[in-house]
Amino acid sequence: MSKLISEKTKEVFLGPLSKNNPITVQVLGICSALAVTSKLEPALVMGISVTIIVAFSNVIISLLRNTIPNRIRIIVQLVVVAALVTVVSEILKAYAYDVSVQLSVYIGLIITNCILMGRLEAFAMGNKPWESFVDGLGNGFGYAWILVAVAFVRELLGSGSLLGFKVIPQSVYDAGYMNNGLMMMPPMALIIVACIIWIHRARNKDLQEK
Amino acid sequence: MNTNSNGYTVIYATVMVIIVALMLALVSSALKDTQTANVELDKKKQILASLNIDLEGKDAATIYDEYIVEEMVVNYEAEILDTTKFCAFKIDFLKELAKSDAEKKLPIYVAKVDGKTKYIMSMKGTGLWGPIWGYVALNDDKNSIFGSYFSHASETPGLGAEIAYKPFQRTLIDKKILGTDLTFKSISVLKPDNKPNSEYEIDGISGGTITSKAVEKMIFNCLGQYKAFYDIKVEGGAK
Repeated sequence: MSKLISEKTKEVFLGPLSKNNPITVQVLGICSALAVTSKLEPALVMGISVTIIVAFSNVIISLLRNTIPNRIRIIVQLVVVAALVTVVSEILKAYAYDVSVQLSVYIGLIITNCILMGRLEAFAMGNKPWESFVDGLGNGFGYAWILVAVAFVRELLGSGSLLGFKVIPQSVYDAGYMNNGLMMMPPMALIIVACIIWIHRARNKDLQEK
Repeated sequence: MNTNSNGYTVIYATVMVIIVALMLALVSSALKDTQTANVELDKKKQILASLNIDLEGKDAATIYDEYIVEEMVVNYEAEILDTTKFCAFKIDFLKELAKSDAEKKLPIYVAKVDGKTKYIMSMKGTGLWGPIWGYVALNDDKNSIFGSYFSHASETPGLGAEIAYKPFQRTLIDKKILGTDLTFKSISVLKPDNKPNSEYEIDGISGGTITSKAVEKMIFNCLGQYKAFYDIKVEGGAK
């Protein structure tokens, strides 16, 4: 049991949540952070899907790591990710049709998420399956919480709702308040991500360049 | 073993591709029936959504059989070709739109809501990023709109994608598609801030102008297919 929660494993899991966050520190997966964060719900489902896929593709690549020919390793990684994404999307279509309709193209686009290739190449190729699984979970959650944070701000200020429910009362609108249309535009996601990075770096002095 | 030799690399790639292909084929064929059933159930839900029926927690298939009393396939001249069960349901409307007018087979779903007849027409069109589709239910005067349903494959969330939600779809209710001389006129989707002030205009989605205009074009194109059908007036019609 000691192996399951060793110091290294803990670091592997907690690192990506803050100090080594895939979005705010490594600036990976930015494209999907722009695309799915105008509403909270798709951002949540996207975060969960990426977490599942990055965790399991990490395990598969880690199991195969000693057999993969070096020259085609990126292709092997890509095939594993693409196969997993396709299976997930097929299963969603069969058993959670509504969710799959809602996510439409984004599920397929997980294949192109840089975090997946990044973790496979940087971690799973050189570590044991269990650590790779934990690393996948850590990075998935690290990605998901930034997405949820951005989507929270964008949906609240852009649509006045959260998860589709109106949270800003009508009386505030009557007093002259308006939804901010700019919040719904992709550039605003970049600006919010930049603000998160700013706060994050201000609080973690060791992340700042000298 | 030398994992860097050419032979190993080629064999590795071949075996991997075959395994993955087999796995995907297996998953796909194992889930196919469930998926087809889902797609059909979803189509029924969409048709019912145009009748403003709340399906929350209900079985769509039963409700469909309850409300949709008849299905018709008509040609461009509005002559009835078929009225057997599921005859309209099976038609691929997109393929029919591409045919010449004389060859078109157009589906109409006839529903009874609170004893009144409603006609549901199919919609297919092209949005900003991909296909958009929907259903529009007409009242028994074949002129005023009873309800509508729109959906899309990949419109921008928060902008064009708003066509899939009730607030937009409700704006079509009670609008008219025939002009005062009872010829086909369709609905205009206005740019936001141009307040719709006639029964032929609805408000577009701010930030989703291209999708809004695509909906306008789709309504014009698809409802236009049934021009001859609107001329046939039943019980107390104007013509």
